[in-house]
Amino acid sequence: MSTHTSGLAIETAGLVKTFGETRAVDGVDLAVPAGTVYGVLGPNGAGKTTTVKMLATLLRPDGGQAHVFGHDVVREADEVRSRVSLTGQYASVDEDLTGTENLVLLGRLLGHGKTAARQRGEQLLEAFGLTDAAAKQVKHYSGGMRRRIDIAASILNTPDLLFLDEPTTGLDPRSRNQVWDIVRAVVAQGTTVLLTTQYLDEADQLASRIAVIDKGRVIAEGTKGELKASVGAGSVHLRLRNADQRPEAERLLRDLLTAEVQLEPDPVALTARLAAAASDTAADHAAKALGELARAGITVDSFSLGQPSLDEVFLALTGHDTGQATGDATGTGPDTDTKDEVAA
Amino acid sequence: MSTATSTGSKELSAVSTESLAALLVAKERPARPSALSTSLTFGWRAILKIKHVPEQLFDVTAFPIMNLLMFTYLFGGALAGSPSDYIQFVLPGILVMSVVMITMYTGVSVNIDIEKGVFDRFRSLPIWRPSAMIGYLLGDALRYTIASVVMLVVGLVLGYRPDGGFGGAVAGIALLLLFSFAFSWIWTMFGLMLRTEKSVMSVSMMVIFPLTFLSNVFVDPKTMPGWLQAFVNNSPITHLASSVRGLMAGEWPGGEIAWTLGWAGALLLVFGPVTMRLYNRK
Repeated sequence: MSTHTSGLAIETAGLVKTFGETRAVDGVDLAVPAGTVYGVLGPNGAGKTTTVKMLATLLRPDGGQAHVFGHDVVREADEVRSRVSLTGQYASVDEDLTGTENLVLLGRLLGHGKTAARQRGEQLLEAFGLTDAAAKQVKHYSGGMRRRIDIAASILNTPDLLFLDEPTTGLDPRSRNQVWDIVRAVVAQGTTVLLTTQYLDEADQLASRIAVIDKGRVIAEGTKGELKASVGAGSVHLRLRNADQRPEAERLLRDLLTAEVQLEPDPVALTARLAAAASDTAADHAAKALGELARAGITVDSFSLGQPSLDEVFLALTGHDTGQATGDATGTGPDTDTKDEVAA
Repeated sequence: MSTATSTGSKELSAVSTESLAALLVAKERPARPSALSTSLTFGWRAILKIKHVPEQLFDVTAFPIMNLLMFTYLFGGALAGSPSDYIQFVLPGILVMSVVMITMYTGVSVNIDIEKGVFDRFRSLPIWRPSAMIGYLLGDALRYTIASVVMLVVGLVLGYRPDGGFGGAVAGIALLLLFSFAFSWIWTMFGLMLRTEKSVMSVSMMVIFPLTFLSNVFVDPKTMPGWLQAFVNNSPITHLASSVRGLMAGEWPGGEIAWTLGWAGALLLVFGPVTMRLYNRK
């Protein structure tokens, strides 16, 4: 492992990368604790991939500094390269070669002997459920298999830091869940993971800290809880039996919870957003409100209390939504934490 | 996996997180491999690609044979009285032209790798930096050898008789391979510099056609206008063709060989570092 003492896997200060007139990365400061999954969340073109490429020594920063386990990514690039691995659409495997050949190739390049490289390759293929496809050219793999072999290629030597650049983009929900399981297994063994994603629920599922990045800048950083608390304590979602009673329910909730109440397109549904100050007592407040509604003769058919979604966080932070089609999967339900389905 | 319950037979097998965890526990890393070892590993990759996509050998077999037949029978009668006389002169030249022409596919392979996304993985590895590039060239050396042997065999069938015998032919081909290795760094540079496969191809054509045709491959430059002679007589391709022709004829054209090696060294010294600079900064 590394010799430095700060306990940070990645530390950047004022990192800048320009492409012509565009400042793709415009002063990014990151501090990624070792041994965790750190999410970098942002829409397409926010500068996530450019940041990762600089940290993985593939791009030279135009300004600022970046250290990986205490090693400067420009001056000590080789030190950095021996500790990190990279998986992204641009850092893939050779499509013309088979799964086995790819892993043996990379194993040899990492210094394993012929037998050791083959053995490690076979073990990884087995662990990733790819034994049947081992002798097939990677170009015939499905999207999910492709992502598995990409990740397998990245952990031939257990890296201290693994960059996963949008590892589930374009995958179906099941393959996506399987990639998530892999990420959890990798981090459980002490590898730090820097995960970039444009999917809010992915960051929510995997990351312990999240940096929200937009237009090349970090616009918010913190634990999931902190980010969510910054936009409120969550929301109470109600469905009434009778649409006629909705105006009265709306008035009652506004008074009782001192919350912003939103009328949903469904004429019997409404959502109250709780203020940040109420985060500890949200459940109590909601229970009290239910009681009051019952006393006023309003019949509630269903009720749920949820944390705010990261979608709401993003909207609150940037003033625009993520611009992704995933918005409806994560944004409409107030109870993202209990949701099982994921964005397509 | 809880999600993978109602799976059909074509479903992917589940990921075994237990065996994955067991694999990840091993933290020891092997010693860093040598520059030679990584270069040879990349060369092995190039050979695997030939194995999986044998169609790519078309350009080192059919194309040279076509060249040889075409030019021998098209020009033979007019230039040397008969095709069988002409082939004694033109075979080493066409050998040089064909091999130098197919070097340009190196740039295309580099560019495709960048496009397909395998390139950045190689660049992120802690290995001797030029080894990926040298790997392409080692694989290509095999292709050039195949092309040379194919042409020589077809030439022998058509009546070519090298006075230098086996040794002369081998020496000629060895010099050709050496020059091609150095010359290919022009293409690795273009492969890294240009955005698309198509542009690499068209720029390569613009360089390679005038360079190979404006030489003594087909005819003695004496009949050319003075300004063209000045170019042709100093072209690296002319020096190379004269050397190969001489070696295969059992002579020792020392001056021409020295010029050829000088050019090869100069090309390597200029385009090698430019390629590596682009590779590192890409």
